[in-house]
Amino acid sequence: MPKDHGIGASSKRREDVRFLTGQGRYTDDINLQGQAYVHFLRSDVAHGVLRSVDTSAAAEMPGVVRIFTGTDFEGVGGVPCGWQVTDRHGEPMQEPAHPILAQGKVRYVGDAIAAVVAETKEQARNAAEAIELDIEELPAVVDMKTAVQEGATKVHDDLTSNLCYDWGFVEENKPAVDAAFEAAAHVTTLELVNNRLSPNPMEPRVAVGDYNPGTDDSTLYTTSQNPHVIRLLMGAFVLGIPEHKLRVVAPDVGGGFGSKIFHYVEEAFCTFAAKACRRPVKWTSSRSEAFITDAHGRDHVTKIELALDADNNFTGIRTDTYANMGAYLSTFAPSVPTWLHGTLMAGNYKTPNIYVNVKAVFTNTVPVDAYRGAGRPEATFQLERVIDKAARELGVDPIELRRQNFITEFPYATPVAVEYDTGDYEGTMTKLLEMIDRDGFEGRRAESEKNGKLRGIGVNCYIEACGIAPSALVGQLGARAGLYESATVRVNATGGLVVMTGSHSHGQGHETSFAQVVADMIGIAEDQVEIVHGDTANTPMGMGTYGSRSIAVGGSAMVRATEKIIAKAKKIAAHLMEASEGDIELKDGQFSVAGTDKSVAWGDVTLAAYVPHNYPLEEIEPGLEETAFYDPNNFTYPAGAYACEVEVDPDTGKVEIMSFAAADDFGNVINPMIVEGQVHGGLAQGIGQALLENVSYDENGQLLSASYMDYTMPRAGDMPMFQVDHSSQTPCTHNPLGVKGCGEAGAIGSPPSVVNAVVDALQRAGHTNVTHIDMPLTPARVWAAMQG
Amino acid sequence: MYNFEFSKPSTIADAVAALSSDEAQALGGGQTLLPTMKQRLAQTDMLVSLTGIGEMQGICVGDDGELCIGGATTHAAVAADGNYPGLASLAGRIGDPAVRNRGTIGGSLANNDPSACYPAAALASGATIKTNARDIAADDYFQGMFDTALEDGEIITEVRFPIPEVSNYQKFVQPASRFALVGVFVAKFADGVRVAVTGASSDGVFRWAEAEAALAADFSKAAVDALAVPSGDMISDLHGTADYRAHLAKVMTGRAVAAAS
Ligand SMILES: Cc1cc2nc3c(=O)[nH]c(=O)nc-3n(C[C@H](O)[C@H](O)[C@H](O)COP(=O)(O)OP(=O)(O)OC[C@H]3O[C@@H](n4cnc5c(N)ncnc54)[C@H](O)[C@@H]3O)c2cc1C
Repeated sequence: MPKDHGIGASSKRREDVRFLTGQGRYTDDINLQGQAYVHFLRSDVAHGVLRSVDTSAAAEMPGVVRIFTGTDFEGVGGVPCGWQVTDRHGEPMQEPAHPILAQGKVRYVGDAIAAVVAETKEQARNAAEAIELDIEELPAVVDMKTAVQEGATKVHDDLTSNLCYDWGFVEENKPAVDAAFEAAAHVTTLELVNNRLSPNPMEPRVAVGDYNPGTDDSTLYTTSQNPHVIRLLMGAFVLGIPEHKLRVVAPDVGGGFGSKIFHYVEEAFCTFAAKACRRPVKWTSSRSEAFITDAHGRDHVTKIELALDADNNFTGIRTDTYANMGAYLSTFAPSVPTWLHGTLMAGNYKTPNIYVNVKAVFTNTVPVDAYRGAGRPEATFQLERVIDKAARELGVDPIELRRQNFITEFPYATPVAVEYDTGDYEGTMTKLLEMIDRDGFEGRRAESEKNGKLRGIGVNCYIEACGIAPSALVGQLGARAGLYESATVRVNATGGLVVMTGSHSHGQGHETSFAQVVADMIGIAEDQVEIVHGDTANTPMGMGTYGSRSIAVGGSAMVRATEKIIAKAKKIAAHLMEASEGDIELKDGQFSVAGTDKSVAWGDVTLAAYVPHNYPLEEIEPGLEETAFYDPNNFTYPAGAYACEVEVDPDTGKVEIMSFAAADDFGNVINPMIVEGQVHGGLAQGIGQALLENVSYDENGQLLSASYMDYTMPRAGDMPMFQVDHSSQTPCTHNPLGVKGCGEAGAIGSPPSVVNAVVDALQRAGHTNVTHIDMPLTPARVWAAMQG
Repeated sequence: MYNFEFSKPSTIADAVAALSSDEAQALGGGQTLLPTMKQRLAQTDMLVSLTGIGEMQGICVGDDGELCIGGATTHAAVAADGNYPGLASLAGRIGDPAVRNRGTIGGSLANNDPSACYPAAALASGATIKTNARDIAADDYFQGMFDTALEDGEIITEVRFPIPEVSNYQKFVQPASRFALVGVFVAKFADGVRVAVTGASSDGVFRWAEAEAALAADFSKAAVDALAVPSGDMISDLHGTADYRAHLAKVMTGRAVAAAS
């Protein structure tokens, strides 16, 4: 019997009622008395010297409150980078300034040059068009390998080159890795591109700045995944506002996928301008602006080599990656191709020697940062593609080759600095094989052939590191922040309670799943538990939501706080029942004395805590409110095995996904329905990357895929019915819920099996020269590959 | 969007009068024009809506057997009409329901987007584009990308389609916009076959004469298998090279012949 409440139950998402009936309260729904609107004048050239910005005519336009340019921000901080990577030679990465409005130069199409604050949006936009710009265009730096050549045009004149860092991981392993390749019986090499993506959350970014001159308090309402992080970065590094004078609110947020982690210039601008203009200032991104200002994802160019011994055991992996940073360093950009990518290069396999080299490069393009999966999809894609290629070269079954090399004993310390606490890769692979009827493939292929279609099957495994992250460890790795999470549980006199969490929900369903956990622990109804998030004024300092960390880290903090609540409540119950605290048991919301029929209800105890007439005041304080901070001692390692079957139309190159199966190990699962929904969303984005989505720039740095006319968003009809399973569960060994996280798995795990399947289809049809096609596998690319 | 005046006349004559000013522009379903205006890529002082003009609405079969479609008739209305199945099927695949419920045949033909669907049907059917001033044969009407024989202020009031014996439209969609990356309309008449290709050429919709001749002799997919569309004038962009488009034009022609009914 599936559970109908508490941990393990597919409780309906309570937040969906407001989301689906148009009653959500998003940032754009917030309109403050006296609010003015800002329109940003953005660069339409990728690279140029800003000779002059003449606002005199624009300033006379109707409704203009004030026009800001780069000079207004001299002496004001730029948006900071939150992660410092140290290069192969022990030197810190090159870190350019990122001013709020362009100073001296523009560096990508979309770079903000001036900002017009006016009475209406229309007036702001009209006045922005009247600003006269004199930009001396410079050659644009677009291609990464060209960018790092000697004498290349520099994106930042004050840096020595366009190379942000040259990272080697683990540098000391390099000789051993090279030796493994010398000794190898077989080496498979693959060069590939991990295509650049635009995040496209349904809700574009919005910021509303407000200033209260009476108290000197500033408030920013913003579409953020982590309001406390924004408060810290913006307050401390940009505007010099102490945290106690700054409130950041991220109300309902319509999707983020990573793109709303980062601190953007528009947020700082609205906060700054609200004070300067003494009135609220609002910015709402248009979809067109989103394409040229929301941080993009991925964009790696990689060469990977896999060494095998004569028995087909993996003996070495060597990679060489160029990672695009775009024009400036977005908040967590440097960490993505390094610590979120290199550390995952072992995958599910016991390869003893691994060396990862990453060159991060500045170009005249939109900044690139974390996007659903962040670094881990790039690692998984290379590894699972090169293994498939190796299997083909060696003439062995790709699944058996994987199985033979699986890590089977845990904990397992990889040669790339992480320790997998637990896992069962054979378990998810076995589950996958039960789901896909591999034996029936030949029959299905013959059937497709009759219809003039080429059928292929592709499989891959993945592992990811979630539950980000042990603060001490990430501190050593260059993070300029801790990565704990927090929760305050406030119980009310009548027994209902509020959890104020530092995690943030922007579609993930925390209001439902978090409530399930607390309700289950106490034994009360889920509707007695309210989850509050997103406002620095009423939640404890938290790090927010990304990296599939919310239930693993935020949920753990909530468990710890609830444990404190229960411990205190037991003391009160013991007092009320004149029993010893050690004998008190809590079950189904009733406290009882072991071995007796004495009991008091949860509500009696909570009432006593706030009406302490009969109360152990000499021992404990009144009230029932506890806070906990949880800092994990390791990452969590969700893993799984995915399979995809495709049909390719040989005449047009069009790929159709016939089936897609995902067998995941997420450890314990709080709400199976929500987990499945997360996997579905991830798969849609992963399949989108594999077949459809691509950010494309021309050689002048003009964005070609600047709207949905040219950027292919996945549509429901592009997706097959997914088969998903999460019954293989090896609970995380180090967090109290035994959970691993599921938010990114689908996006990480799905691209390789799609590409593996298409290559398989073409190979089976005799296109033996096709060993790889770069994503997205559009009809045009697949057709071109078939032409040889 | 910049501000503009708006008028909604109820007769063609009033519309023509309203459009006589240089700064006025016709508005059909707004599915192309309004997004462009919102982006401030188009600007007009006066929008003259054609959707309130009764004489430009509706579909009928004329005495000569031609299908007559009012210039302001929506794609959805054409899709629902049973007289010319090949055309109805084309209209039913334009955009999404919202686009089909607003967008009009006159707007589509006036705009002559190189990737639009209707131009292929009009050209392959040998349609007549009727305006407030004259009748224009489809062969004379399409003059290149976004370019037509229309004069400033001239309104498409009706489009007349000879109904072929069999026809079919094959649309290979551009993955993002779902306009035609390449679309081919094949129409077989008693006196010959017409093949029009949209989406592919930088000159806009065109007739593939070689295929027409081959199909007139032998209306079968095999008849086009041996032919090749020259790729010289084909569009090359991030969704497909010139070679790919030329190849698709042939594949879609073969499929249209095979599916024609
Ligand atoms: C999301 C989306 C998807 C689409 N997909 C497709 C597709 O798959 N295939 C396709 O073919 N099209 C597609 N379209 C375009 C659509 O068919 C438009 O409706 C059509 O191109 C323009 O028709 P309209 O009535 O909306 O014209 P409007 O946008 O109102 O006007 C377009 C132009 O025509 C002029 N005009 C309008 N009516 C007349 C008239 N009667 N006489 C003279 N000039 C006139 C206007 O002044 C303007 O210059 C799509 C559009 C959208 C928004």
